[in-house]
Amino acid sequence: MALYSDVIRERFRRPRFRGRLEAPDAVFEDVNPLCGDRIRIECRVGDGRLLDARFTGDSCAIAAAAADLLIEQARGRPVEEVQRLGVPDLLERLAADIRPSRMKCVALPLGVLQGALDGKEVAR
Amino acid sequence: MNMGELTRPDFPILRRVVNGHALVFLDSAASSQKPTAVLEAMARYYEQSHANVHRSIHTLGEEATEQYEGARDAVRAFIGAAAREEVVFTRGTTEGLNLVAQAIGRTLQPGDEIIVSEMEHHSNLIPWQMACRDRGARLSAVPVVDGAYLDLAAFDRLLSPRTRVVAFGHVSNVLGTINPVAEMTRRAHAAGALVVVDGAQAVPHLPVDVSALGVDFYAFSGHKMLGPTGIGVLYGRRQALEALEPAWGGGEMIKEVWIDHAQWNDLPWRFEPGTPPIAPAVGLRAAVEYLDKLGMARVAAHEQALTARCLDALTPIPGVSIYGPRNPELKGAVVAFNVEGIHPHDGAALLDQRGIAVRAGHHCAQPLMRRLGIPGTLRASFSVYNTPGDIDQLADAVGRIRGEL
Repeated sequence: MALYSDVIRERFRRPRFRGRLEAPDAVFEDVNPLCGDRIRIECRVGDGRLLDARFTGDSCAIAAAAADLLIEQARGRPVEEVQRLGVPDLLERLAADIRPSRMKCVALPLGVLQGALDGKEVAR
Repeated sequence: MNMGELTRPDFPILRRVVNGHALVFLDSAASSQKPTAVLEAMARYYEQSHANVHRSIHTLGEEATEQYEGARDAVRAFIGAAAREEVVFTRGTTEGLNLVAQAIGRTLQPGDEIIVSEMEHHSNLIPWQMACRDRGARLSAVPVVDGAYLDLAAFDRLLSPRTRVVAFGHVSNVLGTINPVAEMTRRAHAAGALVVVDGAQAVPHLPVDVSALGVDFYAFSGHKMLGPTGIGVLYGRRQALEALEPAWGGGEMIKEVWIDHAQWNDLPWRFEPGTPPIAPAVGLRAAVEYLDKLGMARVAAHEQALTARCLDALTPIPGVSIYGPRNPELKGAVVAFNVEGIHPHDGAALLDQRGIAVRAGHHCAQPLMRRLGIPGTLRASFSVYNTPGDIDQLADAVGRIRGEL
């Protein structure tokens, strides 16, 4: 497997869910202590479901692609299900040789989305 | 012959192949590689002379003590300290800076001031934050101007009769800026402040004479100067060291002990509780001797030529931004840069695919990154064993990675 798959390149160049939402119900952002990367995810929630989400932030291609794929996968699903998603779900979709040193880049957007749904406060 | 070509055979690790390519190691500012002389000195010590130091009344203990204290004498001469009592062995720069910050910290009064700089490595920032927080003292930072230099006029304005400590790096681990240590020390002393210098990026690369610089404390690490990990040095001017209470207690740092009190040992052992890093000290001595043989003035000239070549090679590449001084004479052996549209970690991963090791990220200098308005950089850094060819390979690869993501 390649270090950067076509999926990662494609999602990094042309993300589908990068942006902001008007009047989001839940927002969280966090940094990757490894590199200082920051990802922010805004969500609309209703009827126990994640209705929509968008991400912004300065990050590497892996974190950006993971955020984009994650939102695609999670939109429309019950919040409970989204809370159960794990890094392996994303790794499968990234289809790349993610080294141990970059696993945090995959985990960051997942933690941010789940943090938003948990109602976590953004640290300042 | 170029110093890099001359010394490369002394560094076994440089024969490694990484991802199918001969290793090009450009991450020496994080940690340098080790010559055979260092590896052999440590192996010889463990195979023939190891025992605990100082209070062992047997042959091995005496040999170990002689080698450990001999390393201190070698370091003293290498950095121009006036006396061996001024050379304290630590586990590294971070420990040395924490030792000073904790010891001075206990004497701080509410309203006292400590000045750092905006380009500090977190190692020379966080210990002072902790000291200030514990004692109600105030922490301020000399700003970075023109993306490269400390604002000395602002420094003058920050200095006051309440300034107790001025702590800053000799050479920035990101920008490479060589700060005017002697001049800043003169101004700090005129205000009655102590000067603490982080020399981690200077001692491996430049001739450093701590006595001539006039500083009170100066910390550096063995592993960045061809020595092993786990050993560092805290230089303290004798009067400044004598005025400090030890930061940590234990064996070796005392003369006489009662249940409720103790009398401290003499310098420098007062600051070395516990069994010290003996083998690393032996390795550090071998590293010092290796650098001494090359001559630090020649090392500095060699690395300055590499820095100049790197600046010249990267500057014309489309999309490349370079940080810090553009004049290699004002710069240590480090070049931080970014490639437009490529996150530093992706850049480093793509270079690694070609066997080229560089650092990527915030380099433990987040306030500086904030000032520069970037999340991080790529960073190439050089040592004695790097060659002009290493720089050319880096530049060639940097020119190609932009199309790969």
